[in-house]
Amino acid sequence: MDTMDRQIINALQGGFPVCETPFAEAAAQLQITEGDLIARLRRLCDEGQLSRFGPMYNAERLGGAVTLAAMAVPAEQLEAVAAQVNAHPEVAHNYARTHDFNMWFVVAAEQPERIPAVLADIAAETGLPVYDMPKLDEYYVGLRFEL
Amino acid sequence: MTGSPDQTSLDATDRRLIVATQDGLPLCPRPYHALAETLDLPPDEVMARLRRMLETGIIRRMGAVPNHYRLGFRANGMSVWDVADAAVVELGPHIGALDFVSHCYRRPRHLPDWPYNLFAMVHGRSRAEVEEKVSAIARDLGPATRAHDVLFSTQLLKKTGLRLVA
Repeated sequence: MDTMDRQIINALQGGFPVCETPFAEAAAQLQITEGDLIARLRRLCDEGQLSRFGPMYNAERLGGAVTLAAMAVPAEQLEAVAAQVNAHPEVAHNYARTHDFNMWFVVAAEQPERIPAVLADIAAETGLPVYDMPKLDEYYVGLRFEL
Repeated sequence: MTGSPDQTSLDATDRRLIVATQDGLPLCPRPYHALAETLDLPPDEVMARLRRMLETGIIRRMGAVPNHYRLGFRANGMSVWDVADAAVVELGPHIGALDFVSHCYRRPRHLPDWPYNLFAMVHGRSRAEVEEKVSAIARDLGPATRAHDVLFSTQLLKKTGLRLVA
């Protein structure tokens, strides 16, 4: 990554235009050519500095429901419980974290009524309490990394 | 476009457009025209639908989606705060606006096991940097905070994300 790559990432984490030749428009702002911008974005996506380039969708607005759930899993059971939790296709992310509440996962479903059903299934399968922590208010989402 | 009474509802064409773009736009000079060709839609309709989804918040934003881990932000700490209910509505947006906070939500307490009601995800290049930023949040929140903690991720156990299927 060089200085221009960083400028591109800083400048284009939003506001990419919707028009016939959006890369030409964005490139003009960055004072590079359209071809150079496209080539750099391809490389940043291929090498993984960018997960992708395009729309970032708001998962909940796509008609589904999402919650965050936590469990306190005895250390020796972590792997087995992770396998039980992850086996549910509605479990989108699952992180181990440093706390007595050491397993944190996001459950997402297109049918909202699936969420309590999945949490109840996980509690029954693991024999451990599952703490449902749905968001009550959203204050901000979306980090803009400055490189 | 269909004359849907609800501007935020998605029709079958929107869903096709979402499925075609959730992994990114074509990286070519006329990406919306390329999409239009793939989906057999007029380019103007593709652009109009994307603009409407941007306006209504179905698309949060359009552009580069960084992989923070690959960019060197290797530490992520979920900071959790027990903030007086009367104060959280005012303090939440303030914490959410900090440039190192990527997500900020109010969530339910589960007393007595879990007293925290404000969650702020903090990213940094190291745990020390995250802890410094958490201290800055603690100073900002001041006496409205009764307790706080930081949970660092130690292992990614699963990551598939929410996806629409075609």
